[in-house]
Amino acid sequence: MSIPENLRYTESHEWVREDGGESVIGITDFAQHELTDIVFVDLPEVDSEVEAKKACCVVESTKIAADIYAPVSGKIVAVNEELNDHPEWVNESPYEKGWLVRIAPSDKSELDTLMNAADYQSHLDSE
Amino acid sequence: MPYTPQTPDDIQEMLSTIGVSQVDDLFNELPAALLNPEIELPTPLAEQEIREEMARLGDKNRTLDFYLSFIGGGAYDRIRPSLIDTITSRAEFATSYTPYQAEVSQGTLQFIFEFQSMIAALTGLEAANASMYDGASALAEAALMAMRITRKNKVLYAATIHPRWKETIRTYLEGIETELVEVPERDGILDSRFLHDHLDDQTAAFLVQQPNFWGFLEDVSAWREAIGNARALWVQASDPVSLGVVSPPGTLGADIAVGELQSLGLPLSFGGPYAGYFACKQKYVRQIPGRVVGKTTDLEGKTGYVLTLQTREQHIRRDKATSNICTNQSLCALGATLYLSLMGATGMREVARQNHDKAHYLAERMAAVPGVNLISSRPFFNEFTLQLPLPASEVAKKMKNAGILVGIHQAIWTGSEDRLVVCATETKKKQDLDRMADVFAQTIQG
Repeated sequence: MSIPENLRYTESHEWVREDGGESVIGITDFAQHELTDIVFVDLPEVDSEVEAKKACCVVESTKIAADIYAPVSGKIVAVNEELNDHPEWVNESPYEKGWLVRIAPSDKSELDTLMNAADYQSHLDSE
Repeated sequence: MPYTPQTPDDIQEMLSTIGVSQVDDLFNELPAALLNPEIELPTPLAEQEIREEMARLGDKNRTLDFYLSFIGGGAYDRIRPSLIDTITSRAEFATSYTPYQAEVSQGTLQFIFEFQSMIAALTGLEAANASMYDGASALAEAALMAMRITRKNKVLYAATIHPRWKETIRTYLEGIETELVEVPERDGILDSRFLHDHLDDQTAAFLVQQPNFWGFLEDVSAWREAIGNARALWVQASDPVSLGVVSPPGTLGADIAVGELQSLGLPLSFGGPYAGYFACKQKYVRQIPGRVVGKTTDLEGKTGYVLTLQTREQHIRRDKATSNICTNQSLCALGATLYLSLMGATGMREVARQNHDKAHYLAERMAAVPGVNLISSRPFFNEFTLQLPLPASEVAKKMKNAGILVGIHQAIWTGSEDRLVVCATETKKKQDLDRMADVFAQTIQG
């Protein structure tokens, strides 16, 4: 199960990558594995506001439609439109090609509450 | 599947397992006075006596075998090929309950898939579901769907929609944050000025019935351009038989099309069961309510049918499902599928043409009576509304005595004392129309 060191993680299996003051988010390798083949991603509107720990997207596989929770609050500045045609990228490349949204965070301190790779690994072990 | 009740030994074993000595002990919690109360029933009758009693009661009914009826308003008298009942009364169809399990219901799933395909073709749209409870709730669900898609909560609806359907919309949307705005009627169609003033970028959807309750075709140009600019959804309710002659909603630009399937060969049955159809553009299919059947291949490459897009439904998505409906009106949808199959495109055009021509002939004769006028000069399909020089209910009562149900006359439906909504379907022969027009003229001119 891949857990890149340079990312931060939530208990609900989202990851965050800081990039030029913005937060790119997606779901972890563990999450995509649990969901199985993803067939559709319902992305939010660009410029909409999101709140930490509230659902901002829906990722749908053949067996489930799962809410994805924003790790941080802020404004959606970009969404991965390519997933409309390639939802399977979330399975194939959950940390790179399968990114979901990019947020301009309103409260940078929220990032400090997220887990690092080691803590996320422990979290997975305990589940 | 056979029904195998438990034997006394099975029951004893179950009771022993849970530590109870007899079944009645399971009801010890209930007050004794409530158990086995005295119920006053009449004395039993012999089979023949029951037969006579039911015949006596049934004889109080008067059906369309007795009256010549010109009542429409969402439920239509149709020529029904007898093959429809032959097939729908097969036990496999008539007795099965929510038969969606792919492993044992391929026949059912296949006809539902065919039904969906036909509805999509008929409405000029790309996707259709397995059917809804009825047309009214389908329209209400379409409003909810439009609000989900647009993430807006203002819904405009035409006053010229059937009154019961309007009530249903209001009921379904109660308890949700919505702004419901009724676009008033003006001379038998909707007030386009009002519509223009209220259709804005806050609008999620505009709901319209075509032809409307009064029978007239609304002018599409009143909203076609504005609705695109407002980025609102065009939701249209259409009688499916009218689509044999009127441009289908999808072709004109509607986003969602709904309607009542009774018109497709289902018996009037004193109001039901009926069924609703629901079709939409492909891009909205993940927001559609209800069951959807898909076609796929199994491991051996053979064609098979399954329920699909189930992640919309409440057994997976729970409170975030697109609707609480978790079924369809299978037997009614089967009836409609059979009607469409037996009619074919040619037959549908012929039925529609006959409805249109017969209603127009009748309207011409009735409106020729002095003091009687059509309330609109708009085109109509098989229904039209007249303004009478006498109270409509008086006219209806006299004509009923002559064996004719002249149309919808009650003020609770028309909102007026002198409006009459008349319908002529393919079931009427020319002599029926002439007889109706003659009696009508006599009744008016007294």
